[in-house]
Amino acid sequence: MLIVNQPIYIRSAAGISPRQGEPDYKALLDPKLLRRMSRIIRMGAAAAMACLREAGIAIPDAIVTGTAYGCLEDTGLFLKSIIERNEDLLQPATFIQSTHNTVGAQIALMLGCTGYNNTFVHRGFSFESALLDATLLLADEEAATVLVGGVDELTETSYALLGRFGLFRRTAAGEGAAFFLLTREPSSGDYARLEGIKTFDQPDFRGVREGLMSFLRSKGLTPEDIDLIITGDNGEISASLFPGVPSLAYKQLCGEYPTSTSFALWLAARHVRSGIGRVLIYNHYLGIYHSVYLLSHAAE
Amino acid sequence: MSTTRPVAVAGAGVISAIGANVRECLAALVSGHAGMGDIAWLDTAHRGKIPVAEVKASNTRLQEIADVPGPVSRTALLGLIAAREALDNAAIPEPHRWRTGIVSANTVGGMDLTEDFFARGLRGRLREVVQHECGYSTEWVAGRLGIRDYQTTISTACSSSANAIGFAAKLIRHGMLDIVVAGGTDALTKFTLNGFNSLMILDQAWCRPFDDERQGLNLGEGAGYLVLVSDAVAATLPAGVDCVLSGYANANDAYHQTASSPDGRGSWLAMKTALERSGLQPGDIDYINLHGTGTQNNDLAEGTAIRRLFDPDYPRMSSTKSFTGHTLGASGGIEAVFSVLAVRQGIVYPNLRFHTPMPELPFVPERELILDLPIRHVLSNSFGFGGNCFSLVFSKCLS
Repeated sequence: MLIVNQPIYIRSAAGISPRQGEPDYKALLDPKLLRRMSRIIRMGAAAAMACLREAGIAIPDAIVTGTAYGCLEDTGLFLKSIIERNEDLLQPATFIQSTHNTVGAQIALMLGCTGYNNTFVHRGFSFESALLDATLLLADEEAATVLVGGVDELTETSYALLGRFGLFRRTAAGEGAAFFLLTREPSSGDYARLEGIKTFDQPDFRGVREGLMSFLRSKGLTPEDIDLIITGDNGEISASLFPGVPSLAYKQLCGEYPTSTSFALWLAARHVRSGIGRVLIYNHYLGIYHSVYLLSHAAE
Repeated sequence: MSTTRPVAVAGAGVISAIGANVRECLAALVSGHAGMGDIAWLDTAHRGKIPVAEVKASNTRLQEIADVPGPVSRTALLGLIAAREALDNAAIPEPHRWRTGIVSANTVGGMDLTEDFFARGLRGRLREVVQHECGYSTEWVAGRLGIRDYQTTISTACSSSANAIGFAAKLIRHGMLDIVVAGGTDALTKFTLNGFNSLMILDQAWCRPFDDERQGLNLGEGAGYLVLVSDAVAATLPAGVDCVLSGYANANDAYHQTASSPDGRGSWLAMKTALERSGLQPGDIDYINLHGTGTQNNDLAEGTAIRRLFDPDYPRMSSTKSFTGHTLGASGGIEAVFSVLAVRQGIVYPNLRFHTPMPELPFVPERELILDLPIRHVLSNSFGFGGNCFSLVFSKCLS
C-alpha cells in the first residue's frame, strides 16, 4: 500500500529509546500526572510534548497514535489483580489506563485538544497505519498540523513471552516512542521532507527487491541516489541492493519492537537535518510487515 | 467546513445477544426482545449476580457457525461471522476485479484466551497468547475471507468501530480501495466485566438508557460490519444502492480519561461536524441512534450535547443498547448496521424500559416501535474512554 505519495513535511520530531537513555520526564510532564503514568504513557506523552515544544505548536489539529501492544503493564496488573483477588474488590486505576487509546487520549487531555484523535493497533503496521491516517487528514485539509507517533512498551511478562516466541533471537528486545509534527506546507526549520512510504505484505526476497526498486523508480531515483540507508534487518538488503551506500542497522540502537519504524524515522529525520541529502529506511518486522520510507532535505 | 462525498453502503452483517445475523437481530428489535440475562458462557465469579448480554452460543457452537477449527478467540469468531454476512449481503458481482480491504476494531483482542493463560501462571501453551494483539483477529478474519489488499485495526475504546467505518470511507474516497469491510468485534471477557464492575457503572438489573433512574450499563458482546464501496463498484450492484454514509466526524472530549464532560463538548463537536460534512441541518435528521449506555454521566453528557445542537426540534431517538447491552469496541459497528436498517426499512427502534424522563433534558427517547416512517437521515453516536467521540450519518439514497 502506498501510504505517502505526495510530499509532506516533518516540522519537528522527538523520540525516546530507553536503550539509549531516557529524558528527564519531569522537565516534559507535570510531576503530579507523571506519578500515575505507566511506562508507555510516560514515554509517549513525553515524546509528544517534546515534539510540540520544538515545533512551537501548542495544540495540533489532530493526534494519531500507533501501538501494537498498547498498555501492557496496566493490562497485566489488572489481570493479575483479577486472579489474585478472585474478581472481588478490584481497584479500577489500572483498568482505566489499560485501553489502547490511553496514550493518544492522555496527550489530548494534557493539551486540551478536542480535535481528531485516533489510535491504530495493527501489529507491525500500527505506526504505518497512523501515518496513512495522518496523510489523508492533511490531503483532505481536515488538519494542517498532525501529531503522529509510534509507541510500545516492554514488560517483564512480554519480554518472557516474546522471548519464547523467538522474537529476540537475532535482535535485542526493544521499546520506545517517537512523535512527529507533520504538515502539508513546508516551513523554515523543517527536519525533512517525507517523499514517500510504501508497505508490503509478506513478500519473498524477490518481492522485497522489486518493491524497493519500483518504489525508487516511481520517485525517479536509482540506488546510487541514496545517501544513507537505515535498515531494520541485519544488512542483507542494503548489501545486495545498495552496494556502496552507507548503511545503519537501527535496531542495534533501539532493539526490536512492532513500532520501531517510528524510531527509524526519527533517526532518519535527524540525519537529513544534519545535512544528508536522501535517506531510505527499510524495515521488516517478523518477516511479515515490510516498509520503505524515503526522506529528503526539506529545502530541495 | 467543506462537505465530504457520500460513500455507498453495499452490505451489512451483525451478531449480538439478540441474534446471530441481521434477520434475527431485526426480528428482536421489532418484537422488543432484549438480549440480557444471567451469565451462561463467561467463566466468572460474577455469574448469577450481574446481568450481561451474551451472544447465545458457546465457542464450540460459534466455531460450527463460522465453520472453522479451534481454538480461536471468541472476538475473532464473532468478527468472522458478522463480516462474512456483510460480504454475502453485499453480493458484489465479480469481487475479484476489485481492491478489497478490511478495517476492523476491537478493544481487548484475544483477551478471552489471554486471561486463561494468566490464570495458569503464564505456563500455558503459546498458542493461547498468540491471539492477544488487537490486530490478530483482523488478520485472521481477512485470511478467512480472502481479503488481500489492505488491513488495519483501530482501538479507541467504545468508539472503535465507528472510527473504523470512518477510516474505511476515507480509503474509498481517496481511491485507495474499491471495497472495504468495516466495523468491529468484541467478546465479553473477565477483564472488561471486572473493569467496568470496579468502576461501579454496571447496572445490577437490565439497563435503562436515558431514564432518570438509570443505574449504569450492561455489558454485551458481538460484532457488526458494513461493506462500503466506491461508486464504480456501486454501479455494478444489481439491486443498486439504497443507503450511503453521507458524513462522519471524530472529536475528543479532552476532559477526563473515563468520564464525559458535563456539557458533552466532544459529543457535541462530533455530531455538529458530522452534520456539516454531510451538508445537513439538525432538522434533517429523522432518528438518532444514541450512544446511550445508561450510566449517569454518559447519558447526561450526550443529552446535553443533543439539546445544544437540536433544541427546540428534536428528532426521534433511542438507544439500542437497551437490547444488546454495551458491546464496547463492537458497538459502533453494530449500531451502524441498525442505523442502515433504520434507513432502509423506515424503522425507529424503541428505547426499552424507559419510564421516567430526566429532569435535565427537554426530550425523551422513543418508547414504542415505529414502522414505515420515511427516514431520510440517521445519526449514530459512539463515545468512549479517553474522550474519543465519533458520529456517523447514514442517508437514504434515492438514485
